[in-house]
Amino acid sequence: MVDSHSNPLGSSPDEVQFRFRDDDPVDHAQVTVDAFLEQSNSSAVRLEPGDDTQALIPHLERIALVEVNFPSFGDGRGYSSARTLREAGYTGELRAVGDVLIDQLSNMRRCGFDSFAPEIRLDEADAQAAFDRWPQHYQAGADTRRTIAQLRHE
Amino acid sequence: MYKYDSYDQQMVDARVDEFRDQVERRLAGKLTEDQFKPLRLMNGLYLQLHAYMLRVAVPYGTLSGAQMHILADIADKYDRGYGHFTTRQNIQYNWIKLEDAPDLMADLAAVEMHAIQTSGNCIRNISSDHFAGAAADELVDPRPYAELLRQWSSFHPEFMYLPRKFKIAVIASDTDRAAMRLHDIGIQIVEQNGELGAAFYVGGGMGRTPMIAPRIRDFVPLDQLVTYSEACLRVYNRHGRRDNKYKARIKILVHEMGAEEYTRQVEEEFAHLLDEGIEPPLAELERIKTYFEDPAFEAGAKSIDRSDPDFALWVERNTVRHKHDSYVSAVISLKPVGGIPGDATSAQMHLMADLAAQYSFDECRVMHTQNIVLPHVKIADLHTLWTALHEAGLGEPNLDQVGDIIACPGLDYCSLANARSIPISQQISERFAANGKGDTLGELKLKISGCINACGHHHAGHIGILGVDKKGVENYQLLLGGSEAEDASLAKITGPGFNEAGIVDAVETTADVYLREREDGERFLDTYRRIGMAPFKEALYG
Ligand code: HEM
Ligand code: SF4
Repeated sequence: MVDSHSNPLGSSPDEVQFRFRDDDPVDHAQVTVDAFLEQSNSSAVRLEPGDDTQALIPHLERIALVEVNFPSFGDGRGYSSARTLREAGYTGELRAVGDVLIDQLSNMRRCGFDSFAPEIRLDEADAQAAFDRWPQHYQAGADTRRTIAQLRHE
Repeated sequence: MYKYDSYDQQMVDARVDEFRDQVERRLAGKLTEDQFKPLRLMNGLYLQLHAYMLRVAVPYGTLSGAQMHILADIADKYDRGYGHFTTRQNIQYNWIKLEDAPDLMADLAAVEMHAIQTSGNCIRNISSDHFAGAAADELVDPRPYAELLRQWSSFHPEFMYLPRKFKIAVIASDTDRAAMRLHDIGIQIVEQNGELGAAFYVGGGMGRTPMIAPRIRDFVPLDQLVTYSEACLRVYNRHGRRDNKYKARIKILVHEMGAEEYTRQVEEEFAHLLDEGIEPPLAELERIKTYFEDPAFEAGAKSIDRSDPDFALWVERNTVRHKHDSYVSAVISLKPVGGIPGDATSAQMHLMADLAAQYSFDECRVMHTQNIVLPHVKIADLHTLWTALHEAGLGEPNLDQVGDIIACPGLDYCSLANARSIPISQQISERFAANGKGDTLGELKLKISGCINACGHHHAGHIGILGVDKKGVENYQLLLGGSEAEDASLAKITGPGFNEAGIVDAVETTADVYLREREDGERFLDTYRRIGMAPFKEALYG
């Protein structure tokens, strides 16, 4: 269990357990969506499930980190938030935090999350197996992988 | 019938591996029950009163004989020798052990079957017209579109944790045999200016707040079907209520937001998604269609000797016009008088599988009314087929009659139940068989749910029965005037409820009012719509 209260609003880079990016993580605090929209110098935002993801779209070029909180793994709004941001052209870090568990990792990854800071650290081997689980995909996702339908008709 | 290619097989096999791993992690204590529950639900495993129930998907209700044989084997190997066909064209087993479930899934995968997304807050098995590909009145076979959506909805990365379960039905004729408008999304394939496309109805459902879905779009071109569906789901995932699970279905969102505003947001999302290029290539739909081409129908006899009255009655009631004039679709009733609606023993499943192979191009269908169809039977073969069914106790001539009751598992199995459904349906079918009135009533759809969740479609029954709990005693409300068909309507409660004996009498009283009041050619529902509730109330409570 990671217990870092130094950064009450969001996770710190130390809490990130899996990261699929080469750039350096942003190391300043995340702000709420409301604060972000008012306070134009911040480049890190934290999205809660009920927040309006689309409000961020006009400002994407100045965001380097969006942290999407999953207070409970059964609340799937964050998946749509992730795709909405990626489809709008967001290329910065997209971090899943909170109740992030093994069996949700691969779908989160496909929706565009590229870093993971689970509240409770995950078993590395189980996580690796989860990331590698699916050989192919029926649906288009936020990655560039070809769908099964595309592969069938190449 | 659709056949898996190596991709489909890989996906289902990967799912079996994933589930095996999840069960192991659960048994090893790495997953809590709260964490495991949605995972097992997405694999069809539901914890009931006595044991785990497993729901196996039958996509759009279509099964091969070989698949039906395996369903029978599973009943013997992992259950108590029977299975229960459901109102969403699936099959359920009632006595499964968690440790056995992964092996069971592997057995299913070996015949291109699975239990994926048959439960849980995700997109469920897609249902369709049970006479698809056979019906004389269909525009096209709706199943290729259902298969396209099956692939799209299976393991969808964005939509596995929706606010609530999500059910989709696809039809392609004006006659609705799939309760299309009582689904979260109902799709009707239609023709406009010589082009095929899809009309979308969104926000129907049963449960405690039944609603008939409004049409939100008249025509979605076929090469945008997946994209439009995705837009519908995304708006729901974004805004569907999560504060109260009784208000979490899309019907509540559409109702609270208003169909117009919901549609506006869907259209906006749709316009955006069109640019994302998420639609499978149209060639994929063409590929799928090749699996649903007509079998090699042969011209033959167009009529048959009906001098045997039992046979004649069965032909009249249980066979349905086919698009080829030498064939019919034949319905095998799983509603013997006094039986459990929708249950079949493994021996009966094996027999149905053999008959499908012999007489129906190796194909059968599960109906939402919990019966089985042999879709393509030569008229010339009907007598031999009927003889075999009759001998096995599967020849009940009661399609859409009062004995063809839909009933949920109720208090005999279900932990949410207020009252038993199965014994009520048994008593009603026995009553109407014994007094001979059953044969005089014509089409009368009776549907029973053991609680407000409405798994037995009571809102859509011509006569509906709802089990309620009255100070710890089982009590039954009577409803009249529902329909799940193209003339969809929601049934209304007659008045105070009845006890177990009282509800059976009340159904008979209701039938008597109809017999007294009906005019030429009127079904029960037509008479009710003409004369209204008052005469029934008068007879029941007056
Ligand atoms: C025995 C265990 C079962 C439990 C605990 C259960 C639970 C539920 C619940 C809670 C709902 C209401 C969902 C809502 O309104 O949001 C529901 C609806 C439904 N269930 Fe079941 N169910 C069971 C078995 C079945 C079976 C065996 C069938 C098929 C024969 C079935 C078919 C349906 C249908 C058709 C609905 C209505 C869908 C709608 O609201 O649109 N269920 N079930
Ligand atoms: S209607 Fe109620 S009693 Fe019947 S199966 Fe559904 S939840 Fe159980």
